[in-house]
Amino acid sequence: MTTTATKPDAGRSRAAIAAKTLRTDRWWFPPLITFVGLAAWVTYATVRVFMHKWYYVDDYHYLTPFYSPCITDRCVEGSAEFGTPLPSFWLIPEAAFTLPFLLLFRLTCYYYRKAYYRAFWLSPPACAVPDAHQKYSGETRFPLIFQNIHRYAFYAAGIISLINTWDAIRAFHSGDGFGFGLGNIVLVGNVVMLWLYTLSCHSCRHIAGGRLKHFSAHPVRYRFWTFVSKLNTRHMLLAWITLGTLALTDFYVMAVAADWFPDLRFVG
Amino acid sequence: MGTKRHFRVWRGDESGGDIQDYDVEVNDGEVVLDIIHRLQATQTPDLACRWNCKAGKCGSCSMEINGKPKLGCMTRMSTFEEDETVTITPLRTFPIIRDLVTDVTFNYEKARETPAFAPPAGVAPGQYRMKQVDVERSQEFRKCIECFLCQNTCHVVRDHEENKAAFSGPRYFIRAAELDMHPLDARTDRKDYAQAEQGLGFCNITKCCTEVCPEHIKITDNAIIPMKERVVDRRYDPLVWLGRKIFRRDQLDGSAHGDSMAPSTSVGVTGVAAGTPFSSARPSEAAPVRDDGRMDVAELALPQQGGPSPFGDDQELPLPPGEIVYNHPAPGKDDTGPKGDAH
Repeated sequence: MTTTATKPDAGRSRAAIAAKTLRTDRWWFPPLITFVGLAAWVTYATVRVFMHKWYYVDDYHYLTPFYSPCITDRCVEGSAEFGTPLPSFWLIPEAAFTLPFLLLFRLTCYYYRKAYYRAFWLSPPACAVPDAHQKYSGETRFPLIFQNIHRYAFYAAGIISLINTWDAIRAFHSGDGFGFGLGNIVLVGNVVMLWLYTLSCHSCRHIAGGRLKHFSAHPVRYRFWTFVSKLNTRHMLLAWITLGTLALTDFYVMAVAADWFPDLRFVG
Repeated sequence: MGTKRHFRVWRGDESGGDIQDYDVEVNDGEVVLDIIHRLQATQTPDLACRWNCKAGKCGSCSMEINGKPKLGCMTRMSTFEEDETVTITPLRTFPIIRDLVTDVTFNYEKARETPAFAPPAGVAPGQYRMKQVDVERSQEFRKCIECFLCQNTCHVVRDHEENKAAFSGPRYFIRAAELDMHPLDARTDRKDYAQAEQGLGFCNITKCCTEVCPEHIKITDNAIIPMKERVVDRRYDPLVWLGRKIFRRDQLDGSAHGDSMAPSTSVGVTGVAAGTPFSSARPSEAAPVRDDGRMDVAELALPQQGGPSPFGDDQELPLPPGEIVYNHPAPGKDDTGPKGDAH
């Protein structure tokens, strides 16, 4: 005969352990690195976006991704490929149509959510380390329920990646013909990484085929899903790589535009 | 010969307790559970600890080792420095029973509240056919050994006891994902259920469940985020909404909405299943007793040794051809021989 242990009454208490966490490893280190890395990047990007200069190299058609597409009246000649519908007011970034969506894409990204919930909001700072907040409702209500719009942002990021691709292609046309320099490698490298990051998105994985119930009935979508899944396992890595390539690309264009050093030219 | 190392183990029950110090011998190749057993054998015969398989497959010896939720049997002593103090405490999230044993009833209640696998109408057990490629996503989640380390480490309930009523936890999100992705599960309300009843929205994807899973199930990436995306499909996606409006998919494909779903037997994560007995979809079977009402002790004691005949014990072999219920394939016989359903 089966017997069961006598259960204590309902409303029982947890083990009385005084220490908030008993972890002995350096659990605070990864969130600290994340905090420093993200804060430094956001600071750099903010300064650059409101600098309003050194974003375009007319000789080689290098346009930094932070100013693409350039759509204010302030845009220097040759940098505005899509018209200049916006006035030049210092608070309006040159790429006012794209930056909000890129910000939204990264803010609602499933990797960045983990990163900033841990590093900035301390909810929780690390596994088995207490949440720094008394109350917790997760993403069930305003404003965090809007994390669910990640897919809108993904669609927008896809369009913006196309614009960045166009910028990189256009940079091969310098002066009166084909040209090729170190800046082209930097721009193309950045665009490739941006595409990989965008395609490795969890929303993309879902749209590609994750939402299907029967893979066998959709072999093409299954292959696409498999491809995106492989990228998706590196989503965190790609998220950091693209922060690096974006900053590097912007810095390179800024340096060449400001004449800090000349572009290393191979052709033209 | 092993070395003596320092251990701290939480001792106590619901009325209180504290961490006590022990020096225990450690030998090459041992795991933390071995140390617990040596403690029981040498110093603390009344130390309470759950364990079964010692192979990381039963999910019994969940504990917190140096503050990290782990299986005692899968944590090698060689991963610690020789002079390192190892602190062993019970799972924090669940009520304590004694020493390292906690009451994990919370998890079983959530399990019973989750609607079971529902095959399509007209498909009987034994007739399930599916392609490997369709079912392999669900199979990853079947690796779960129910150690409840993910449930324990999830800060939604670990740090906020009040969320236990509304939040089922990672283990049941993978259950929901397993069934929603299952090619033969006919229920269409699993996404709604995960969102409305299991509290999927409480998860903020900080991935601690994935970090502690001893079976290395990618809980967050392969179950929770896909389930969140499936919820978005139904509730937030502009293109899906537009597609439904333009192509009237909601009318073409009745399964896209919850209209055709079978009535749910579950009332959600409300605690109503608390105290209800375990049940199974399989009807109860009578014990295989002999004519004299007793069960056979072993095969040697059977009236006929060897496996029972598939034709029944009252048949003389070979069977008369007219009583064969199958069509035995043989050259030239198909024209005259009995058909598959002939007697």
